[in-house]
Order: sequence, then C-alpha cells, then structure tokens
Amino acid sequence: MTDELNFEGWSCPLPLRDYPNIVMGHGGGGKLSAELVEHLFLPAFKNPTLQALGDSSVLEVLGGRLAFSTDSFVVQPLFFPGGSIGDLAVNGTVNDLAMSGATPLYLSAGFIIEEGLSVAALHKIVEDMAVAARKAGVMLVTGDTKVVEKGHGDGIYINTSGIGLIPNGVNIAPNRAKPGDVVIVSGTLGDHGMAIMSVREGLEFETTIASDSAALNGLVEVMLEITSDIHVLRDPTRGGVAATLNEIAKTSQVGISLDERKIPVKPEVAAACELLGMDPLHVANEGKLIAIVPQHSADKLLEGMRKHPHGEGAVVIGAVVAQHPGVVVAKTGIGGTRVVDMQIGEQLPRIC
Amino acid sequence: MKYLSEFRDENLAKSMLDEIRRVTTRKWAIMEVCGGQTHSIIRNGIDQLLPSEIELIHGPGCPVCVTPLEMIDKALLIASRPEVIFCSFGDMLRVPGSSKDLFRVKSEGGDVRIVYSPLDALKLARENPTKEVVFFGIGFETTAPANAMTVFQAKQQGLKNFSMLVSHVLVPPAIEAILNSPHNRVQGFLAAGHVCSVMGYWQYEPLAEKYKAPIVVTGFEPLDVLEGIRRTILQLEAGRAEVENAYERAVNHEGNVAAQNLLKQVFDVTDQKWRGIGLIPASGWKLGESYRDFDAAIKFAVHDIQTQESDLCHSGEVLQGMLKPNECPAFGKECTPRKPLGATMVSSEGACAAYYQNGRFIKLEVVRK
Repeated sequence: MTDELNFEGWSCPLPLRDYPNIVMGHGGGGKLSAELVEHLFLPAFKNPTLQALGDSSVLEVLGGRLAFSTDSFVVQPLFFPGGSIGDLAVNGTVNDLAMSGATPLYLSAGFIIEEGLSVAALHKIVEDMAVAARKAGVMLVTGDTKVVEKGHGDGIYINTSGIGLIPNGVNIAPNRAKPGDVVIVSGTLGDHGMAIMSVREGLEFETTIASDSAALNGLVEVMLEITSDIHVLRDPTRGGVAATLNEIAKTSQVGISLDERKIPVKPEVAAACELLGMDPLHVANEGKLIAIVPQHSADKLLEGMRKHPHGEGAVVIGAVVAQHPGVVVAKTGIGGTRVVDMQIGEQLPRIC
Repeated sequence: MKYLSEFRDENLAKSMLDEIRRVTTRKWAIMEVCGGQTHSIIRNGIDQLLPSEIELIHGPGCPVCVTPLEMIDKALLIASRPEVIFCSFGDMLRVPGSSKDLFRVKSEGGDVRIVYSPLDALKLARENPTKEVVFFGIGFETTAPANAMTVFQAKQQGLKNFSMLVSHVLVPPAIEAILNSPHNRVQGFLAAGHVCSVMGYWQYEPLAEKYKAPIVVTGFEPLDVLEGIRRTILQLEAGRAEVENAYERAVNHEGNVAAQNLLKQVFDVTDQKWRGIGLIPASGWKLGESYRDFDAAIKFAVHDIQTQESDLCHSGEVLQGMLKPNECPAFGKECTPRKPLGATMVSSEGACAAYYQNGRFIKLEVVRK
C-alpha cells in the first residue's frame, strides 16, 4: 500500500549524512556500497527486476528469459600476475550473467581512456579482451570510446554490459537459499585481491600470487548438466565471500553456518593476508563461484565440478540453516564460533 | 604454514582448555593488554570456550583507539592543507575527530595516503620535493622503532619537506595506572608480545612485585593466548605474582637493545593523553629537542585546538574494563564501525569494533526480544 511513497528509503539516510561526499569505501563492496544501493539507487529506480539484486537481472522477453548485467573496471595496475583489466572486463560480466544460469552471448564495451595511455598498452588490453571473449564463447558486438584529459582517469576505465539466455527450467536467484542446502565454493579464496594488492603495494613474497581471473560459464554449464536444481549462484568479487554470503542470507532470510577449517586458501594468500591483517573471506575473487544447492545433489555436483579446470578445488564450506536469519557464522579453527560480517568500506591494512 | 598452523591446532587448544578448566577453582579477571589479542580472542571465539569463572577484560592496547582526539584533529587540519601529502597507517583513516575523519578529508581533496611503513613516507618526500610530506606516527612501543628510524634517516638525509605528527603511547605506565585505579578489577595481565619483542619484559617486574599481579608476556595466535591465560591462572591460583614469558619465540628479557637505543636518541618521554582514559603521566613519547624540525605539530602550528568528544560514548569505561562493549547503550546503534562515536569502535583492533564485527550484538538483541 505504500508502494508509491517511499518514506522508508529516505527515513534512514544516515550513511549519506555521515559522509557528505563519496569516499573510497562506497566502492568497497561492503556496507557503505550496500547502503548506497539501498538508500539511493533502489528508491530512485525502483522496479521489481532491479530489486531482485542478483549479479545479473532476469528479463522476460518474448516468452524467453534474458540475463542482463553491467560492470565497470577501474583496476590498478592495468596488468598484474594472472591477468589484466582487459580479461577482467570480459570475465566479470560473463560471470555475472553465468550466475543466473544464463549462457552469455553478447557484450558491449565502453572505454574511458586517459590522454597519454600508450597505444601499445591499449592494444594489449584489447587483445586480452578478445582472447577472453573467445574463451568464454561471447562476442563483443557494440562499443564506445571516450578520451579524458591527462589526470582525469587512471590510464583506462572499461565498462562492459552483457546479455545471455537462461535455459528453461533453470531458476537461480539470490533469494532461493533454503535451510538444509549446502554452500559450495569452486576453489581457493582471495587469490585476485591479494595478487592486486601485492603488486600495487610492492609487497614481495617468495612466490608470485596470481589472479584467478577466469570465465565461469563453462563450469556453470557443467553444473547445470548435472542438475538444474541449483538454488543460488554468486561470484564473490569485491567484499569477498563474506559480503556475498551476507547478501544471500539477508535476501533469502536464512542463516549460513561455515566451517572455517574447510575454507580453501592458498598458503601464499593466507600468508599475505596475515601480514596485512586481512581476512581471506573479505578479499575479492574473479574466477570463483559460490553455489548453494540441495544437500542431496552436492556430491554429484562436486564430482562434476572437480573435473572442470575452474572447479578443481570445489569443496563444501558450510550449510544453510534456519537459525539466525540474515547472519553468517563460522566455526573457528579451535572450535569457537564467530560471526562473519560484511566489511564497512574497504578492508584496511592494520597498523600492527 | 610454519609458525601459524601449529598455533591454531584444535586438539592442542582442547587439551589446553581442559587444563585451564582443571586448575581454575574460583573467579578471576584477567586483562589482555593488546588490541591484537582482543581481536584474536573474539575472532577465534576463545572467550566462549573458557570456563565461566575466567573473565577477560579488554585492555587499552589499540594504538588507533587511544590516540587522543586533539591529535586526530591536528592530523585533519594538516591533511587538509594543499601543499601536504599526509601519510598514515590504513586503519587510522576511519577514526573520527571532532567533526570528520581522514577519509572525509581525502574526499574533500586532501592528499591522504595509506602506507605500510613510515619509510615509504620518506620515499614520497624524496620523490615530491615541492610537497610537504607528513607521517602520522602513532602506536605503542611496537611501531616506535620504525618511526624513530624514519625521523633519524630524514635528519641524516637532510630532508626539509618531511615531518611526523607523533602520538606514541607506552604500555607499562598504562598498566600501572590501571592497577592504581580505585575501581580496578584486574588481577592478572597478558602483556603485549610485540611490545615486549622491542622492549623486553624487565620493565614489568617491579609492577608485578609492587601490585602483586602476575604478568605473562603473551603472543597472538589462539594457542599463544590460551597459554598466556593458563600461566596467569596457574599463578593466581598459587598466589604467585611474577613476570613470565609465554612468547619465547619472539621475546627475550632485554628486548631489542639497538631499537631501544635509537628510541632514546629520537624520543623524549612525555605525559600523554589517552583517548577515553585521560592523562597518564610519563606514558608517551614525543620527538626530542634535536628532532624539533621534524615535528609536524610545530611545523604547521596546530596547537591550542578545541576538541569535543561525543557524550554518548563510554569508551573510557570500556578501555578500563568497567563496561563490556555490548553493554554500552550506544553499541551497535548510534555507534557502529561505520559511524564510530569513540575510541574503541574505530579500529578493527578496538574492543567495541571486535565485538561488533564478530556479531556479539546479536545475543543482546535476542535477549531484549
């Protein structure tokens, strides 16, 4: 009955009042980001499609269902171990589409280029995009280029949007997690975030940490061949697994219970996180997915996922429970429990 | 991972907990001094696993939390200046001053940068000779040697465009202030392992003797913390009050003597305000007279500023162990890590933030319903 008048959205503008200007934390994928979406974007653009808050939106078109998504890429440095802004820009949108079970088909690309970027660098970025698109089986079918004055951009920003087709019988959405489901991750966590951070901050470790940047539509296809009854798929990018699971717990009104000992983290990533006082659960991934599936299909799915190169490290890390709806808890390594919350803004390196 | 997984072993933790349960015969209140230990306790759920007789009181050992409000306001003023590149450890950026934080200064155009070491700030000063580079030198004895070395090198290199805003705090005077307080409930201390790796633990021996309180030098991994608690309880139960070292892989009795000599050379001991606690005599370091030219507070003339702490905030009582974070009326409501009212909520190491991040507010809400 109050569909038209949205008092609630504006009755709680605290976070925007806290910071009269946008701060970096608003882009961190944590609570500040979520509050911008909740209190500013959603009330302004209010519609049921947007309110589903999936990685991609599901559009009913001519009796079929299209997945539609957009993502912008502002990563620094432009080239890093395991990838570049080019393949990220393709993989990111492909993955957002795949997370609704869609077969990604077409992408657009918008380039905002800073005056002074070397043409060789741009060429390499575009080549990386082309290779990534071929691997993912998508076509870049429309694009735009703008150049901004030196000092007004960070070399290059790329936006990609994409559409894909959702097969019949597939119904994957962030509100479908049910008590009794299990939580699967497709492999080690935190690789991308720590790869970027170690290059950006000039941190040197004995081994190079490589980004996990990869298109996951192939893996999703394999999973859907095993069972179409997958409840939720998400790719835990900014904000990491912690942010993604908190969003799912909130949207589905369920609790999620993790076992910390089962969470897969590469030793070098764990070491880098320790050094900087960060939690791998809060660090970004670019080639991993979280699947929430009924318990009875978990073994078959894991078996199938592990045969795929992007799912080799797939494991169950927890379960969906009826208790503590909206809250994610973890059993700690020594047998205690803790609540796994979302970060506020960006994860900050600690003083000591 | 070597040196980590061994200290997070579930079976060893269980047997240590059994031992603690076995030897505990009555109620004890122990304070972990360091914020890093508070974080480890909450992150691993150690407090839930201890027998109910043992109460852990969270100490004032979060360097970001106890940095006085006027220091933050000075930092905000300096960071807002157009000629300044202001460098800080990451978690200092969200600490609120009287009216804003460094993140907001950054969003208003201030050049605020996160560095991992003060020496990175020195490098920035060399690379930007037309800019004034200021480092926010805060922390306990742990971060002090690197800060001292940075100022020392700046002087050696004759850098004119580098200065440091110094707000250093010292653990032993704080422990003594707690023990001297008429409201004190703390019976034993887990001393901060990393502070002791620099300073050794000889400074604590007269304190343990004078106040009849056991002090156990303790590390940060779950087993380290449990071992510190076990040894403290054993002493309390036996009526002993000694200084013990339960963090031998990092700490010896004398500490890092070279670092201590440098500290003496660069810093002078000073009376220091602790946010939420008050003034503790001889509990801080300031730059010595011969390093005056590198003191950002003097260089940018930011003394005599008025500061106003929020009335709602009970962080002083939390820091003194008189109030649990989730017993504070503002906890999780007016005061969250996103909009912290006070010292203990501002850093991930602060007691309130540790409680909030790990969801201890949930229990309270359930009870209220």
